[in-house]
Amino acid sequence: MSEFLQQLVNGVTWGSVYALIALGYTMVYGILRLINFAHGDVYMLGAFIGLYASRALHAGESPNPMKALLVLLTSMLSCALIGMVIERLAYKPVRKSPRLSALITAIGVSLLIENGGVLLFGASPRFFPQIVAQQQIPLAPGVAISNQQLIVIVVSLVLMLALRWLVLHTRVGKAMQAVSHNHMAAALMGISVDRIVTFTFMIGSALAAAAGVLVALQSPRIEPYMGILPGLKAFVAAVLGGIGNIPGAVVGGLVMGIAEVLVTGYISPSYRDAIAFVLLIVILLVRPAGIFGKAVAEKV
Amino acid sequence: MKRGLALAATLLALVALNVVLPRVTNPYHFQVLMLIGINIVLAVSLNLVNGFTGQFSIGHAGFMAVGAYTSAMFTLKLGAPLAASWGFLPPPVAQGLVLLMALVAGGLLAAAAGYIVGLPSLRLRGDYLAIVTLGFGEIIRVLILNIDAIGAARGLPGIPQYSTFFWVFGTAVLVIVVARRIATSTHGRALFAIRDDEVAAEALGVDTTRYKVLAFVLGAFFAGVAGGLFAHFLSYLNPSSFTFLKSIEVIAMVVLGGMGSITGSVLAAIVLTLLPEVLRSVKELRMVIYSLMLIVLMITRPQGLMGTRELDLGPWFGRWFGRAAAKEPRA
Repeated sequence: MSEFLQQLVNGVTWGSVYALIALGYTMVYGILRLINFAHGDVYMLGAFIGLYASRALHAGESPNPMKALLVLLTSMLSCALIGMVIERLAYKPVRKSPRLSALITAIGVSLLIENGGVLLFGASPRFFPQIVAQQQIPLAPGVAISNQQLIVIVVSLVLMLALRWLVLHTRVGKAMQAVSHNHMAAALMGISVDRIVTFTFMIGSALAAAAGVLVALQSPRIEPYMGILPGLKAFVAAVLGGIGNIPGAVVGGLVMGIAEVLVTGYISPSYRDAIAFVLLIVILLVRPAGIFGKAVAEKV
Repeated sequence: MKRGLALAATLLALVALNVVLPRVTNPYHFQVLMLIGINIVLAVSLNLVNGFTGQFSIGHAGFMAVGAYTSAMFTLKLGAPLAASWGFLPPPVAQGLVLLMALVAGGLLAAAAGYIVGLPSLRLRGDYLAIVTLGFGEIIRVLILNIDAIGAARGLPGIPQYSTFFWVFGTAVLVIVVARRIATSTHGRALFAIRDDEVAAEALGVDTTRYKVLAFVLGAFFAGVAGGLFAHFLSYLNPSSFTFLKSIEVIAMVVLGGMGSITGSVLAAIVLTLLPEVLRSVKELRMVIYSLMLIVLMITRPQGLMGTRELDLGPWFGRWFGRAAAKEPRA
């Protein structure tokens, strides 16, 4: 039992990371109907920017919560800017093109970031400094959570609540909802669709960057290709929850994280990467719109 | 009569090139040429699904892997006894027959996989189908990594090198002819109708599910055959050859060539196979330039190099495909 609870703790930690990445996918999809394949690579950039920020701040030598926070914010802010640049330069020109061309563009951007990363950071893995000294906090006999895991869960939760507030209760959030319903109608209501799309990319990229730094906290090996698989899985998590649906992305991420950890623990670590997709296929066959998605009737 | 003549001429040309080419080209150039042939088969077969029918499949590498491993195991287990029992034939012919059977076996199993994936998931539309096919590709890769009998992560070495120029380009010609014949048939029109407007096609009495599954199975079959050719050319298989990136490479060929354009797919397969090789001299910059070119091409020519048009080869090759080559039925 205690082993199971321990697995659950680990699963929720990973799940929060998937959820953070999935939020970016789901928001961009909700607004542009585009699978932003480069999203996982922004997560990778987040981890690397965090690495350089903590070096600049010497956060690894003298761990201190303020510095750690500063590292996180630097990474989020830089990636928000990167997200804006990507959207403006690569995605905006293909917004009116066939969907598949937009998708190939996204894949091109993804390849560009990965290989640019190899050029810039080198292909061999780097090690993220320990910006938070690790300690174990016992929860129950045989179950413990590390303070790093706790940070991952708490920071993700705070960010998700912030996003919820932003989308539901601010003007820009309401504009985002309007654009996701209908570009044309939103534009007629005086909403600048271009600016909302760019803003959405910035928010999504900042969340992915946060996920990158949080992951690097507990598994410090980072390399330019680290974003591919978590990116795909986070996208699957978004689909699982019902793509375009923000609470759905969070639930999908958590389900995915827990399922992966349980498969690793009770079946075999080598099947870890497959469970995400098995889960996906099962869900899509039973509920094609995802857990929270609404089935949309086809209009003729 | 004309068709028989064209077939004989094609076979003769393939045999002649099969003998001449390996002697006059250097091994590196020959390898690139063979990869081009295999990529043509992959691109045209994916075009049947993505370009003709408008179904968004991004798991082509999975079907390729099924075909590659099946045909490799076929040759490894049954190749030697079969070749021995045909000892009276000249070795290239006996080997070719073994390869042919291996390719068919690989293609059939890949087609079966396509049927199993396709039947339930073709109810899904657009991006959901894409994600299921992506998931399928990943599941296949993880399964291969976990089956020890086919080498798991170590890979599968020692596959006889039976894929010659004749077989690779013979298959390429075959898949092009098949795709062309489909495009100009009633079935092809049904596929195009589904691509252009699925609801309207259904209203006009097109059995959309049947045609979608048909395209899917046929695409999977040729992907499997391409996998078999790949296995018998490199003589070594590794699950890392069949990642998501491989599927992406093939999609890039279809989209770059123009959705639904067969000659476009062929052209793009040639360009996108040569491009990384040409860029080899700039080493680390190679993939950066490749991805930049992909983005720029998509921005400047989103409909692909050829759009839905075909390169008009009518004056030279038209009669090969039964006069229909120059006239493309297109909405």
